[in-house]
Amino acid sequence: MDMVNLKINGIPVSVPKGSTILEAARAAGVEIPTLCYMKDINEIGACRICVVEATGARGLVTACVFPVAEGMEVQTNSQKVRNARRMTLEMILSTHEKKCLSCVRSTNCELQKLCLEYGVEETAFEGYRPHYEKDTSAPHLIRDNNKCILCRRCVAVCREQYVGVIGPNNRGIDTNIGCAFNQPLNATSCISCGQCTAVCPTGALVEKDDTDQVWAALNDRTKHVIVQTAPAVRATLGEAFGMPIGTNVEGKMVAALRRLGFERVFDTDFGADLTIVEEANELVERVKNNGTLPMITSCSPGWVKFAEYYYPELLPHLSSCKSPMQMTGAIIKTYYAEKMGWDPRDIVNVAVMPCTAKKFEIGRADQSAAGVPDMDIAITTRELSRMIARAGLRFASLPDEEFDSPLGEDTGAALIFGATGGVMEAALRTANDWISGKDCDKVDYTEVRGNASIKEALYTLGDLSIKVAVASGATAAKEVMDRIKNGTADWTFVEIMGCPGGCINGGGQPIQPQYIRDTVDVKSLRAKALYDADQASVLRKSHLSPAVTALYGHEKFFEAYGCHKAHEILHTSYTPRKKYSF
Amino acid sequence: MQKKISNLPFKGTPEQEAALRRIIADNAHDKSRLMAVMQQAQDIYGYLPIEVQAIIAEGMGVPLEKVYGVSTFYAQFSLSQKGQYSISVCLGTACYVKGSGELFNRLQEILGIGADECTPDGRFSLSACRCIGACGLAPVLTVNDEVYGRLSVKDLDAILAKYN
Amino acid sequence: MKTVAELNQLRAANLKYVVLRKGAEALKDANPAGKRNVLVCGGTGCTSSHSDAIVERLRSEIKEAGLENEVSVIHTGCFGLCALGPIMIVYPEGSFYSRMSEENVPRVVREHLLGGKVCTDLLYQETVNSDGSIKSLDQTDFYKKQVRVALRNCGVIDPENINEYIACDGYQALAKVLTEYTPEDVIRIITDSGLRGRGGGGFPTGRKWALCAPNKAPQKYVVCNADEGDPGAFMDRSVLEGDPHCIIEAMAIAGYAIGATKGFVYVRAEYPIAVKRLSIAIREAREAGLLGKNIFGSGFDFDMEIRLGAGAFVCGEETALMTSIEGNRGEPRPRPPYPAVRGLYESPTVENNVETFANVPQIILRGAAWFAGMGTEKSKGTKVFALGGKIQHTGLVEIPMGTTLNEIVNEIGGGVPGGKKFKAAQTGGPSGGCIPARLIDTEVDYDNLISIGCMMGSGGLIVMDEDTCMVDMAKFFLEFTVDESCGKCTPCRVGTKRLLEMLDKITRGEGTLEDLDRMEELCQYIKANSLCGLGQTAPNPVLSTLKFFREEYVAHVVDKKCPAGVCKKLLKYEIDPDKCIGCGVCAKNCPADAIQRTDYVAPGHKLASMQIDSAVCVKCGVCMTNCKFKAITKG
Repeated sequence: MDMVNLKINGIPVSVPKGSTILEAARAAGVEIPTLCYMKDINEIGACRICVVEATGARGLVTACVFPVAEGMEVQTNSQKVRNARRMTLEMILSTHEKKCLSCVRSTNCELQKLCLEYGVEETAFEGYRPHYEKDTSAPHLIRDNNKCILCRRCVAVCREQYVGVIGPNNRGIDTNIGCAFNQPLNATSCISCGQCTAVCPTGALVEKDDTDQVWAALNDRTKHVIVQTAPAVRATLGEAFGMPIGTNVEGKMVAALRRLGFERVFDTDFGADLTIVEEANELVERVKNNGTLPMITSCSPGWVKFAEYYYPELLPHLSSCKSPMQMTGAIIKTYYAEKMGWDPRDIVNVAVMPCTAKKFEIGRADQSAAGVPDMDIAITTRELSRMIARAGLRFASLPDEEFDSPLGEDTGAALIFGATGGVMEAALRTANDWISGKDCDKVDYTEVRGNASIKEALYTLGDLSIKVAVASGATAAKEVMDRIKNGTADWTFVEIMGCPGGCINGGGQPIQPQYIRDTVDVKSLRAKALYDADQASVLRKSHLSPAVTALYGHEKFFEAYGCHKAHEILHTSYTPRKKYSF
Repeated sequence: MQKKISNLPFKGTPEQEAALRRIIADNAHDKSRLMAVMQQAQDIYGYLPIEVQAIIAEGMGVPLEKVYGVSTFYAQFSLSQKGQYSISVCLGTACYVKGSGELFNRLQEILGIGADECTPDGRFSLSACRCIGACGLAPVLTVNDEVYGRLSVKDLDAILAKYN
Repeated sequence: MKTVAELNQLRAANLKYVVLRKGAEALKDANPAGKRNVLVCGGTGCTSSHSDAIVERLRSEIKEAGLENEVSVIHTGCFGLCALGPIMIVYPEGSFYSRMSEENVPRVVREHLLGGKVCTDLLYQETVNSDGSIKSLDQTDFYKKQVRVALRNCGVIDPENINEYIACDGYQALAKVLTEYTPEDVIRIITDSGLRGRGGGGFPTGRKWALCAPNKAPQKYVVCNADEGDPGAFMDRSVLEGDPHCIIEAMAIAGYAIGATKGFVYVRAEYPIAVKRLSIAIREAREAGLLGKNIFGSGFDFDMEIRLGAGAFVCGEETALMTSIEGNRGEPRPRPPYPAVRGLYESPTVENNVETFANVPQIILRGAAWFAGMGTEKSKGTKVFALGGKIQHTGLVEIPMGTTLNEIVNEIGGGVPGGKKFKAAQTGGPSGGCIPARLIDTEVDYDNLISIGCMMGSGGLIVMDEDTCMVDMAKFFLEFTVDESCGKCTPCRVGTKRLLEMLDKITRGEGTLEDLDRMEELCQYIKANSLCGLGQTAPNPVLSTLKFFREEYVAHVVDKKCPAGVCKKLLKYEIDPDKCIGCGVCAKNCPADAIQRTDYVAPGHKLASMQIDSAVCVKCGVCMTNCKFKAITKG
């Protein structure tokens, strides 16, 4: 590779040709502030905070996009640079609603951090700033343009997610990020993935906070408040308390939930295992009965919503299985309520999810197995971290505790649901055993692991060869659906997750500042925590989950996989949605 | 300034829609022709309401928000109807130094509407425009395609009277 | 058309149709078709004053008079002297009819075309000598210092007829390039000519082409920037309206030089006539085989299409223009990568503006040395300016680089009208600055303008007189920039707005001296930090007026006075009770009911005088306009 030699603040560094000054600076151990920049997906040079002085360039240049040259000398910290950056921050502040004390992103805001570092004067420039209505229409997030700094990171991820329902509108000082015709977000084809909330540097895009509802439920002595946590939450929650990315905090998380006052602490893993047996059974039925193939997973509510908006004609491809969260919720309000002698109406089902679309999913139709909604409240990992903080729990010093039985029992197969390819791998483990009629040794299906947006593989399960595909992120989903639509796909089974990388990178996961996202493979580190846990599990196949087998076995709750009752409780239906509303 | 969005009901005809769909069919192979499609759509409808932009978005295979983003970026695109008589006052430099700002302000007073608005009876709409190149006639305004030049505030009533 | 020989035949065959317009020398051994050519300006300015009705009427009257075979009527592009439009010229006499009207057509046909007697009273009077003889147009003040290169065919040929262009040596340069030169030769000639970009920045055109040529790519592009957006500038429009083929020819030459086979012209949609003529020209060129495959049998392919802008000044910036062609909001992209490496559709691209291209065929035909022989040391050739504002001859002029501002304003432009005093000229529009009266002897070229904090820009030249407030002028340009800022980068989006607010504060009389320093600091910040040329140059009008007219700012800030009497908040209208006869017209016309009658009857008057309540007065000036007795003053 051709290398270029240059100096950053006098530090010699050698970087590949075509690198930017920012990359060279990082290589030299010098951090340059950025706001709009996102490696590969938003290299637009818009915010101008990363300006530096470089020889051979006129005036100041933006480090994020300016290529290095041989012999270049870069000053990232001169008086001129510092003044320029401070003024840029003051410009931004002059159009920013400075309600930092009550902002959910306070202390975790990239703008705030820089303002502190550069010693800005808050009101150095005052003047006209447009005022915007908060958009609270969507079930999963709140858009407050008064805090928007127009870095367009949300626009970039929304476009990367194919839907592009928010973008820059108008121009000049009145430029704003919004939906077409200033419609509220819920009037658009937003799939609720929440990726925008995970990348917003400020408090302009935040998840809708439902913790007050949880606190209220916990305070209500007439209710049984039951919590479940998704596989991916245990792999990320620690980040919110300063732990390294990829720390598995399952035990402390359970302890925290118990201390928050939840009557039962269950694991969505249970529902994941249940999903696998029901889904595998559905797949076999489809194959046997010439049903619609390929069958596509339906765990990810963002993906399901995407399909309903963009491929309504292909909805029969979706598995009718509810998501693991909904299945767990449904079982709690039917089987478990029966078992405990509780009225399902007295149960408040709370889920802690890596996902903002779950807030939308709990309100879906045909998700009320017990005559009341299967789920009542879905909060994100971030919301849980705030509850833990408010409750005064010292997370790091909590003991490790275990989930409650029986719906806290899981297998390694369920754990890996949190990463792209995990559902597929779990399904393959079960299908292989079933088709072979024995407990096979093969459990690792590494071809479907990893962060590639689309993965394809051919497997021989017993005497059956099947082609499978795994996609994560809505753009990949589109590609897969187009191939199904135009008949160029020969897959039998497809896993699709709405977020790139799957749930570990869900829209509700702890915020990592962009310089971390640019320089650390966050997705892989988080996924590794789950694969390690799977590796360490005794049971690694869903159909071996004791909680699941009990339902179909000695508990005699279901007669068989896919039986009528299982359909009533564990399956659902989908509705085409209109992309535009007027 | 944010673009004004019409709140009057959409009155597109099937013929207009058919014409728009023909234009889209001719251009859909190349997404970069989005603006050209929008320009022709505006020729058909006079403005680009959501009903029209949705057809364009769907036909060109781009998000509606992108179409809207483009429509609010360029001054030429309108989100609200034009009046039967569309008055446009040139605020280019030459006209400005010869007092076209006064003309514009006075017209707002007379018509009782602001910039980029349409009178309730649908008769007049008013906008400011950049240099139309008739600097020799400064200050100028246009009513539809008719150009009036070397104007003073005193001439306005007579011009409007022609269209009443 | 497959060969150069065919092109030459066509030129020879069509010469007779245009030779009447080429002067006595050309006529000597020519055999013109018919006796007279009547040229009517069909540029935007004259079309706005209904020159097409004149053409219609001429044609019907000529037919009625039985002169169809004797007289041909040609609807041309812009003559330049827009202030005198509609313009009509009759050749071979070269008689210049100004402010022509349809009603006068029958008379001209009868007396001049039929009777051979020029209607001298209808001519532009400067062309009529005291003895009634006619001065040729190029001897008038407006034209005599002009040298027409880019505009050479404007107002001379019918832009909708390719044969007229060919008769005037059209496509000869392309033929020469394709049959005699290598791409490297072409780039060398353009480089040697010293041609620099006429769109504003003045980047050497040859260098631009040379940077693009070596970049390998499956597809490269030539883009013509015709998104002329400076308020008051209309050079590019005039070229497209008057001589569209020269742009096609030049773009094909550029395509050959850099290895591009596809061109785009990005034209403002506000230029319908230019778009129409260019479309016709492209169609004609295609039909003639001058665009398309294997041009002149050379194996070189080139074709082009038009893309319309939609009203965004920033699209004049080259990366924004490309983003716009790609169907997006016209937001600029960071450079590098430069378009020569990665431009339109991510491919190597050369972008030049209309006027730059318009020079290219002539440079090829007449040689680099010829072109380099005009102008100054570092600015070669000519420059087209659109004269506007407080000047007698509003219009389009093409002059050698290095002509002084004095010559432009006072000789060519006829000076400031109404006996007012020249105060400053603004060049470069919202990106430029002003040249104060004391620097009126500045030789206008790229570098001289830059050195005084000004900018050539695309060629708008706005003249200001003593009634222009420089603070207000800076504010006007800032308003424009704020309005046109794309909103992508912070310094331009927010900074220009804050700057405008400071200016506004000053024009309201609420500024402080400290604000002036702060404003300068903000200007420097915006210049150094903005993403594209729009933001980087937006503060220029402020910086330049601060530099040359600081005392005017100080007057607003310290004395709370607007010396030019423009800034309303600082104005006061007063009635001189001794001049006022008490007619009350002022009060009747006052929109704010701010004028009342006093008890004072001036000596010699019958009625009591009027008086303005300045607290109520909206400073519209209607009273002053309507007062026949000059009793009202402002200050």
